[in-house]
Amino acid sequence: MADGSVAEVKDALAQAGYLADESAALVSFLAQRLGKPVLVEGPAGVGKTELAKALSRATDRQLVRLQCYEGLDEAKALYEWNYRKQLLRIQAGGEDCWEDVHGDIFDKEFLLERPLMQAIASPEPVVLLIDEIDKTDQEFEAMLLELLSDFQITIPELGQVSATTMPIVVLTSNNSRELTEALKRRCLYLWLDYPGLEREMEIVRLHTPELPEALARRLVEVVEMIRALDLKKPPSIAESIDWARTLLLMGAEDIDRKTFEQSMSIIVKHRTDIDLVAERVGVKLAEPVRPQG
Amino acid sequence: MPSPYGPKAEAGPPGLAAKLLGFCEELRSEGVAVGTSEILDAFAALEQVPWTSQDDFREALAATIAKSQEDRRLFELLFERWFFRSAEAAAIERGIDETAQRQAGGDRLDIDELREQVRQAIIEGNEGEMRDLARLAIAAFGRQGEGSGVVGVDVQRIRRTLGLSAGTQAPAEDSAAEQVPIDRDQLNRFERHLRRELERDLIERTSTLPPSRPLAELDRALPTNPTQDLAAVHRAVSQMKRRLATLGHEQRGRRRGQSIDVRRTMRASLETGGVPMHLRYRPKRPRRPEIYVLCDVSTSVTSASVFFLSVLHALHDSFRKLRSFVFIERISEVTDVFEHERDFRVIAKRISSEGGVADVSGYTDYGRVWLEFLGQISDELDPRSTVIVLGDARTNGREPHADVFAQVSERAGRLFWLNPEPKLYWNYGDSVMAAYERYCDGAFECWTTRHLENFVNVVAGGVPAAD
Repeated sequence: MADGSVAEVKDALAQAGYLADESAALVSFLAQRLGKPVLVEGPAGVGKTELAKALSRATDRQLVRLQCYEGLDEAKALYEWNYRKQLLRIQAGGEDCWEDVHGDIFDKEFLLERPLMQAIASPEPVVLLIDEIDKTDQEFEAMLLELLSDFQITIPELGQVSATTMPIVVLTSNNSRELTEALKRRCLYLWLDYPGLEREMEIVRLHTPELPEALARRLVEVVEMIRALDLKKPPSIAESIDWARTLLLMGAEDIDRKTFEQSMSIIVKHRTDIDLVAERVGVKLAEPVRPQG
Repeated sequence: MPSPYGPKAEAGPPGLAAKLLGFCEELRSEGVAVGTSEILDAFAALEQVPWTSQDDFREALAATIAKSQEDRRLFELLFERWFFRSAEAAAIERGIDETAQRQAGGDRLDIDELREQVRQAIIEGNEGEMRDLARLAIAAFGRQGEGSGVVGVDVQRIRRTLGLSAGTQAPAEDSAAEQVPIDRDQLNRFERHLRRELERDLIERTSTLPPSRPLAELDRALPTNPTQDLAAVHRAVSQMKRRLATLGHEQRGRRRGQSIDVRRTMRASLETGGVPMHLRYRPKRPRRPEIYVLCDVSTSVTSASVFFLSVLHALHDSFRKLRSFVFIERISEVTDVFEHERDFRVIAKRISSEGGVADVSGYTDYGRVWLEFLGQISDELDPRSTVIVLGDARTNGREPHADVFAQVSERAGRLFWLNPEPKLYWNYGDSVMAAYERYCDGAFECWTTRHLENFVNVVAGGVPAAD
């Protein structure tokens, strides 16, 4: 991807199937120029993860993904010694003196690379996605600090492993927990929110070009109406796209009450939400036109 | 900081760097944590983007300086103000006066034509156009009698003269063409331009800058509008849920505060000939988050009770074992209401209509509330339960019954008090906070979502965030 200007970054992202708004394009641009990690926050389903994927497509870099979860530790994120292989080495060595074996078994050969290590050690530049960082605990965040500011990892037995190429790092968070100041300080911050009407329509049209424009507009309006309600889980962008595809399959020509009730489960996925949406939005839609005769 | 700025005194060192530093200083004074590394990043980022585009400039600054949504909101508020003021200060300094040019085009304009142009610009969302038209409109109408001098009044006057209103616009009878209705946001944007230009006008005429004030606390504090900040409360509460839920996990594997299971240790010691080589620990039982929330809904906490109810509302979304009570003179359980109703407004209405908590006077009677609470559910309180009281501890001179409160505190595992008043006002007047506070595991002032987050932090065993 040519990273000459913000507009070029935006175009490249669009070609990779991601319509970035001004701030997303600018922050992606800055991330590449300044070599700083990006912390992306926002409600679920606004395309935080997708941004990282699009960046990797647009820059032709491999995507290395670390999905965070409660209880994730260094062994699963950074590296682990392959102790089975080490044991085999010791057994196979038989009569070797201890010094030799000791030097041997703590070698790159016995290292199992986990995503973070992989991203650092990769000879090609990569895009590193650390997804849902808020799911981990603070200790893990602290461990990330070295990686994020210096792009290096210290292994006691081997020494430092520094990145040979600068990875683009994207961290996403659903804001379920306040991240530490230290982590935020090292990142550029990007808040992604639900897109406006026009932009969401462009997104839907980009992914389902066959959908008639009028129907797409209607769909986006209805989704916006639903998001305005106080729901447990408001529909995400991905769900709007799914809905658009469903409507295509159903061969619907307009979103009337009947089509809406049939396909509502694509975008609303909570029992209580379904009732609320049916009650508030369903009634606003037109009755289906009955065939004459 | 809020000293009136004179036109010359506030010039400061020239150049953008100084202005930016001043801006960061202002952000800090509003409580945004801007570190030196952030400022360095901001300068590095500015090297990469063209300064001539306001959007790029602002986004680059925001991405490097404002690191949360809340910070971002403050950033937006201050950015507008700071750079507007800076530009105006520079204009005064250099004696730039645009009044003359402006009036040249002013009066020749036909009002109807102007109205149509303004509508067009608003609908298209063209910021530059709106700004120019706002100037024209001020020149056309604002000049007569120099306006009222109060910016807000002038904005509304001009808006009315232009016949602009949000929503279903009643079209003038003679214009047959159907008009696209303007929505509130779009109109607000135009009003903002009007306001800005009127302020500019005022500064030009008096050639002084009005004093800069810190943002009103209300601008950023108490969510009085339930739907507006409900999301923020929900976020804090879901954090709380996560923290309470992970409390046990944090201690796992660290043997923190574990007790030795003597029987199993002795049993294990048989292997080593009676020498207890391997200690056996009692397994830790995770705390069941069983929560009782008591919420004051009397008139003395009216402004806060909306906030409290939204806290309750959010708590109910997050915890299964939660029982909630509201009280004024008597106590009434409202767990059912919250469980069966999702819409916040309906809940608020149902509680005020069927809570049945006001008896005669409508003044809070804390003493009686404790007695009733203890009578109703004392059997169910156990050391694993947490009681949270939301109230101002103003007894209206009645018997506080702190001893009964002490009993509640004794039976419950933990007891927290959230007071909607600033700590300064505690124990003044009829507030008996001190009497209750010593029986609480923690008493917190809580009138913003930030306080709520702080409370969550402390409950979860973290350090209280600095205010």
